[in-house]
Amino acid sequence: MSLSRADVEKVSLLARLRLTPDELDRMTVQLNGIVGYVDQLSELNTDDVEPMAHAIEVHNVFAADEVRPSLNRDLALSNAPKRDEECYRVPAVLGD
Amino acid sequence: MSLTDSTATELLRELNAKRVSSEEVTRAYLDQIPSLDQSIQAFLRLRADEALQEARDVDRRRTAGEPVGALAGVPVAVKDILCMQGELTTCASKMLENYRPPYTATVIEKLRQADAIIIGKTNMDEFAMGGSNENSAFMATRNPWNTDCIPGGSSGGSAAAVAARMAPLSVGTDTGGSIRQPAALCGITGMKPTYGRVSRYGLIAFASSLDQVGPLAQTAEDAALLLEVMAGHDGNDSTSAAAPVPRYSQTVTQPLSGLRLGLVKEHFGDGLDGEIETAVREAVRVYESLGATVQNVSLPHSKYGIAVYYVIAPSEASSNLARYDSAHYGYRTDVTEMLAEWEREKKTLAACGDQEGLRRLDSPLVRMYRQSRSEAFGPEVQRRIMLGTYALSAGYYDAYYLKALKVRRLIRQDYDRVFQEVDLIIGPTTPTPAFPIGEKADDPLSMYLGDLYTVSANLAGIGGISVPCGLTSEGLPIGLQLQTPPLEEERLFRAAHMFQQATDWHTRKPSSIQ
Amino acid sequence: MTETFDIIIGLEVHVQLKTKSKLFCRCSTQFGQPPNTQTCPVCTGSPGALPVMNREAFALSLRTAVALNCEIPEFTKWDRKQYYYPDLPKGYQISQFDLPMSQHGFLAISHPRGEFPSKKVGIIRAHLEEDAGKSMHDEAAGKADSRIDLNRTGTPLLEIVSEPDMRSAAEARAYLDELKLLLGYIDVSDCNMQEGSLRVDANINLHVDTAEGKKATPIVEIKNMNSFRAVERALEFEAQRQWRIWQEKRIELGPGEGEKTTRGWDDQNEVTRLQREKEDSADYRYFPDPDLMPVVVTPADVERVRGALCELPAALRTRLATQYKIDAYDADVIVNQGRAVANYYMDVADKCGDGKLASNWIQQGVLRNLKEMEIGIEDFPVTSDRLAELLKLLQSELDSTRAKDVFAEMLAKSCSAREAMKSLGIEKVDAGELESLCQALLAKNPQIVEDLKNGKLKAVGAIIGQARQQNPNANPNDVRAVCLKLVEQM
Ligand SMILES: [Mg+2]
Ligand SMILES: [Zn+2]
Repeated sequence: MSLSRADVEKVSLLARLRLTPDELDRMTVQLNGIVGYVDQLSELNTDDVEPMAHAIEVHNVFAADEVRPSLNRDLALSNAPKRDEECYRVPAVLGD
Repeated sequence: MSLTDSTATELLRELNAKRVSSEEVTRAYLDQIPSLDQSIQAFLRLRADEALQEARDVDRRRTAGEPVGALAGVPVAVKDILCMQGELTTCASKMLENYRPPYTATVIEKLRQADAIIIGKTNMDEFAMGGSNENSAFMATRNPWNTDCIPGGSSGGSAAAVAARMAPLSVGTDTGGSIRQPAALCGITGMKPTYGRVSRYGLIAFASSLDQVGPLAQTAEDAALLLEVMAGHDGNDSTSAAAPVPRYSQTVTQPLSGLRLGLVKEHFGDGLDGEIETAVREAVRVYESLGATVQNVSLPHSKYGIAVYYVIAPSEASSNLARYDSAHYGYRTDVTEMLAEWEREKKTLAACGDQEGLRRLDSPLVRMYRQSRSEAFGPEVQRRIMLGTYALSAGYYDAYYLKALKVRRLIRQDYDRVFQEVDLIIGPTTPTPAFPIGEKADDPLSMYLGDLYTVSANLAGIGGISVPCGLTSEGLPIGLQLQTPPLEEERLFRAAHMFQQATDWHTRKPSSIQ
Repeated sequence: MTETFDIIIGLEVHVQLKTKSKLFCRCSTQFGQPPNTQTCPVCTGSPGALPVMNREAFALSLRTAVALNCEIPEFTKWDRKQYYYPDLPKGYQISQFDLPMSQHGFLAISHPRGEFPSKKVGIIRAHLEEDAGKSMHDEAAGKADSRIDLNRTGTPLLEIVSEPDMRSAAEARAYLDELKLLLGYIDVSDCNMQEGSLRVDANINLHVDTAEGKKATPIVEIKNMNSFRAVERALEFEAQRQWRIWQEKRIELGPGEGEKTTRGWDDQNEVTRLQREKEDSADYRYFPDPDLMPVVVTPADVERVRGALCELPAALRTRLATQYKIDAYDADVIVNQGRAVANYYMDVADKCGDGKLASNWIQQGVLRNLKEMEIGIEDFPVTSDRLAELLKLLQSELDSTRAKDVFAEMLAKSCSAREAMKSLGIEKVDAGELESLCQALLAKNPQIVEDLKNGKLKAVGAIIGQARQQNPNANPNDVRAVCLKLVEQM
């Protein structure tokens, strides 16, 4: 499979990246190189193979439903690029 | 022997015998770091004042006869990917340049409980993505054996710090070889534990199902000491192994008898440097002379390791790095300027009646996300985010991500089969020695192939260690990799120690620091 | 030919599970706290923080799934649903995609007066997921920033997705009422729409019978409905709107999935409005969350949950009707009040021995007062013991008028029936006293005595009235009996 420049542009929106036209060109070439390499996987028949999402097989890992102290609000907000006393602030979520 | 030439085990013996104080040890390292690190650039930040303070506190308690921890007073350098509350933790990214975590990683807590002295945070490839440390947003760490060369990565700063005797121990993380590969290229011992052995809580995630914290040190004995402190079950990490932690530091000196080694046929094909092959085959003979038997084994799916890895790791990374959206922490673009540009674009589009363009124009919020991320992530990080986003996107999931998960199982099954016949797998850590800085900058794929022998252990979740086993004609270190079944770190340490008892490669130092 | 149409409705309900702490961290889920005071590294998506699943949240969702007659697969896992929004700090929501913890269930609905046929509404799936935070648009700031509060982030939700089995707004309403009732009986959620602990999205389209066969109109998802009443209104509106559009434009549902537009309900103007699509709508790039291990539920686990389940509303309705011999309608009214009222009813009925009487008194006395007082049955001053005592007195010495007075007094003074009677001065009239009262009244009313002798028994009513004027405690039945006896003896 290969990616067109338009595919790469679409992916850049999904990934919330903003690429310049030059970067888009370079990215298209590089991604195609890697994807081309990855395509060798298609030579393997894996019809009867269970996918392996985790490196260990453990099930049912739970914690008890007990409230523990939350972060002090100032500490919680301390890394916010923009904030007020109570909240994180971002440009309007409602769009234009 | 000078303090900074000592192993951690030796330092600990001296400290416990009160023949030296932690303050003296810590100061000895802090004194020599500035001159050494000028050319190597292993440390992003030193904790000079805090470290000395902590050292004095340990000394006080030790003198008073109070109980002290297993690493009491020994300096440790830590990769800048582990969170320390209130202290900068950057992942060598512009995105987190000013980030001070609101909490502390479990591994750091454990080091503190053991009274280790964290002397500084080491450089790395941005978000642990890379094998050369060239991807750090702040500086390129250099190989102490040849400062024109890369130290390996992504834990290159941690490896270089130990190799250049700027710390007796360091902590790294390994997602596809990021401890073992720089350890090999810097001529030290580096170990990736079984997945789940060490808590990932507070380890800034690159690829969650592959990431593991591990020790870097001069010797297997020291690495055993450090892992013993860091390992163990953590209720804050659902993927943490519940198995008890053996006393590695106690058993490491016990040789293994009747050791069965497997030499992987696929590790000796095209791409393996001739000098590395010679050194590895010589190392195998050393083991034979120690009574080990060697047989050829096959991991037929290992050749797909890189392909599988470069689907799974970027996929997980694309998701793990989605949180850097400039809303709650991290870098944010200049929004005023951004909005002004956005208004101009909108006007232009409106003026020429470009309805499609207007429809496709990002909302200000989306523009903030995209611009902040593109300004703050380096090219390699952006590349992997793109690759992972693509592999998970509608229509490609089955062909890439799901396929990779299936081949991942085949890779694991290869190991399970081989480990029925042998105790350890032995082979090269890397196909080539350290390369000159900048050499592979424009060729990501060839850079990725450097992980050829290491990625499979991450995919399978098993343990691996790299120990020095020679030098190239150009004087660059060569690493020998040993791999074990899950949770058999003890066997790895003992086998590595046997080798280090019979050889002296691990005692060699770069000429620049002699 | 004139075309007719069916309305096809499916509902997606998000229910907040009643846990003390969040789904993946131990922050409190308490409602109404100051913004960003209930967060930690995990729920703010801090780099390096990891989720650990709340055991109780899983237990509550399992209980719900079993109560909804769902199949419980042995293996279930967690996936990341990825999209960017400032109230979603990790950039993904931990949810369940292809292997949800339950599927293929149903919820039976019926109308007590048969306004629609009883039916089983299919449940496609119910899965566990985390909630997002809250975005507040700050108009006062002028600069049009949004403010983000992450207190809610990570709150456990069960998403219950129905089959498109409902054919009217009334059926949808009945489904929601029954679902809410069920969730209350099994005590898994507060279901408070005002506090966001129950949210409803509706999918609706029309199947039109045309000369060319059945045609489907495009599916619309309706959001922003903040009460069950609003859901009903929105569905009624939307069905009519779609019918109008169909008649004008005859636009059909396209092939394949995803052909869905989203409309928001405007409660003020009672219309649905088209909502703007996201830039990159619905490529969520789901994949298994590597930070969370799967959960295995054995059939034995499921049986244990089933065994521990309380009696569900549908079964209770049937039992009340048969065991206490009340109408299906009355059983429905009582059961629909929730488990506490149903228990109250059964307690009263058991203790007074008359289910019908208990039902009447609860419906006419208790429920009306609960509503007026705006309290729950737990806080009602007339406890089941007290009401049962009153009803027993009613069966013996109290007449119904006096019993109502006593009930009012019990309510006002928070006291027992006996105490209320005492404070109202109600006591049983001594037999001798009653007889002399009757004798005196009969002596004063020879015409009535005559009538009674002639078998005009109704005439005794006037004596009863006079007796109660002289002594309000005189029991009408007793007066009647004594007078008839005296006249007979004359
Ligand atoms: Mg949902
Ligand atoms: Zn939290």
